[in-house]
Amino acid sequence: MHGDYSVFLDRMSGFLGGYYLVLALMNAVAAFYLWESGKAKTIFRLGRFPVTTALLWLIVSGVFIVIAPIALGGGAGLLRLPRAVEEGVNRFMDPTVYTLGSLVILAILFVFRRFFVQPTVAWIMLNLSLLVMGLSMTNPSFADIVTKPDNVPIVAMVYLLSFFTWLSAYRAVQNDDRARRGEPPLEALENEKVLVWPDLVYIELICMVALTAVMIVWAVALQAPLEEPASSVKTPNPSKAPWYFLGLQEMLVYYDPWMAGVVLPSLVVFGLMAIPYLDFNKQGNGYYTIEQRKFAYVTFQFGFLVLWVTLIVMGTFLRGPNWNFFGPYEIWDTHKVEALNNIDLSEYFWIYMLGMGRPRAPEGAGELTKLGYILLREAPGILLVLFYLVAVPPILAATVMRKFFVRMGFIRFMVLANLLLFMAMLPIKMLFRWTVNLKYFIAIPEYFLNF
Amino acid sequence: MPSLNDTIRNSQIWKSVFRHPMPVDRRNRVVVMLTNFFLHLHPVSIKKQGIALSYTWCMGGVTFFLFLIETVTGVLLMFYYRPTLEWAYNDILALRDVTSMGVLRELHRWGAHAMVITVWLHMYRVFLTGSYKPPREFNWVIGVILLLLTLLLSFTGYLLPWDQLAIWAITVGSNMARATPFLGHEGPGAQLLTVGGIDMITNASDARFGLLGARFVGEETLNRFYVLHCIAIPLGVSLLLAIHFWRVRKDGGISGPL
Repeated sequence: MHGDYSVFLDRMSGFLGGYYLVLALMNAVAAFYLWESGKAKTIFRLGRFPVTTALLWLIVSGVFIVIAPIALGGGAGLLRLPRAVEEGVNRFMDPTVYTLGSLVILAILFVFRRFFVQPTVAWIMLNLSLLVMGLSMTNPSFADIVTKPDNVPIVAMVYLLSFFTWLSAYRAVQNDDRARRGEPPLEALENEKVLVWPDLVYIELICMVALTAVMIVWAVALQAPLEEPASSVKTPNPSKAPWYFLGLQEMLVYYDPWMAGVVLPSLVVFGLMAIPYLDFNKQGNGYYTIEQRKFAYVTFQFGFLVLWVTLIVMGTFLRGPNWNFFGPYEIWDTHKVEALNNIDLSEYFWIYMLGMGRPRAPEGAGELTKLGYILLREAPGILLVLFYLVAVPPILAATVMRKFFVRMGFIRFMVLANLLLFMAMLPIKMLFRWTVNLKYFIAIPEYFLNF
Repeated sequence: MPSLNDTIRNSQIWKSVFRHPMPVDRRNRVVVMLTNFFLHLHPVSIKKQGIALSYTWCMGGVTFFLFLIETVTGVLLMFYYRPTLEWAYNDILALRDVTSMGVLRELHRWGAHAMVITVWLHMYRVFLTGSYKPPREFNWVIGVILLLLTLLLSFTGYLLPWDQLAIWAITVGSNMARATPFLGHEGPGAQLLTVGGIDMITNASDARFGLLGARFVGEETLNRFYVLHCIAIPLGVSLLLAIHFWRVRKDGGISGPL
């Protein structure tokens, strides 16, 4: 075992050495940029000597320069998170903690965005996340799953998304401040026209050259995956869809395929298309803002970042054999057993609440009688879902979403309300599953209608 | 004595190809945008903030450029790759181990992943700047369809290497279609579609069968996905791209504060 680990470390040391060097370079460039442009802020003064952000990043850069040769020179084993932390994370993490945790973190980032968008704070967070990433790479289980060729783009996507979310929020916060002072948004400042040749075509050309370079380096450095030849009798465990559909595959934990794989994805596409026709807010067209379109912003971010991206990340990195949940530092054990004793709503109602058996058609009854008994058995769930889809929209229209209803009219409001309700179905089902082990609201396996 | 440069530029051949003089002065920089086929997608002039990378992120352009990379590398790979059970896997294996320009496959695969990511980022930017608001509503709708087609392009291409990763990802992905309401043989309501006691929706006539061309992922599926991947979807994407770009111009150019 120990021997395997040192072989693994040898394999990683080259990568990690380069990785820490890149981090050092990144911080050095930041320090130089701040110093050269005069944008460095003074954090505190040591006597008369100002300690600026530029100096801070230079020191951080120096630290990484010291770490890099340690990683290269066979000391990669020292550069890892403490065992207790890794094991603690593994033990503590489950789908509930992961999903709610992501939600809470994003909510905190959103509420305190004024603090987090500051470049210094954002840079600290970037450095910390990259450091944790580097330290985690000396854990074989973590490295195994992150460096799978098809998973590398997802790591890149997480960083790209974080960066662009930061960038947009950074500008939105500035624009919101400007709006409060009665000033136009940043985007309105550079109003003069420039000729497309050369100003735009050169940007396009440079982007093309840079992108070509990135793609070639990526293609040469990382080999595309090719596993054993296809065999319809050897099912891999886990069997995963392509990574961009793993959010949908994760939904299968909570809903049957007809909902998770067909109805909900169709509604995602339909809902996206409907956005321009539902959003009646005329503000915030052509510039970054949060305050002026808070409802649209929060709804979209919840749908995109929480329900789409974090589920993809979980499906890719944290779901192992038998679609069991594994912590980021946990070995994917095929024999891990998780107790599944989920209970249908009808069982709760008839058996636990009323203390009687579930209604069942007598032997030899006709089709219609059988159907009647099925409907009776599932009546609690059917009524609940009907209430949710039929009664909740008018209640919303009369109460919290009154202004929406007045502005939008009946049809548009109903479309919006139903899309929101369908979007909320996933988190609602998750909560019921986590709290009371609910399997289905409506369970009619006789007609493949489980909901 | 005119320089070689001038001689070439003043030759009949050069002038017949390029309908404009070199864009070195203001007038010709305008003319070049109006008279060149590839450049006429652009306006002549544009607000300075409309080309600021901090505003546009260049993600739409990057996505389009990745589409071009995918087209070029894809055509070259088509010269080599044969979509049959006999050859598919071996051709990819040879691209990895034997063929000199096998790196084209890496370019193609990573380009596909990158394109999925950049198209999401493009949508993200357009949403965050509220650029789907009037008069650009319909172009957003086209954009959503293009996003969907990008995912389908990637999905259909995922099968072609014909390795374990490929067929099981497609199996998992397409199993969902089995449960399509009414149209999948394990979907709710499918049992209702019977005529004279004969089921209309079986595993040989349902939505999944239509997608795979068979009851399971097999040779028919490989052929079907190959055609979709190389011809049908790219044609659709090209048409919608043309409309997408055209509408950007017609809807008032890149968005900005009113």
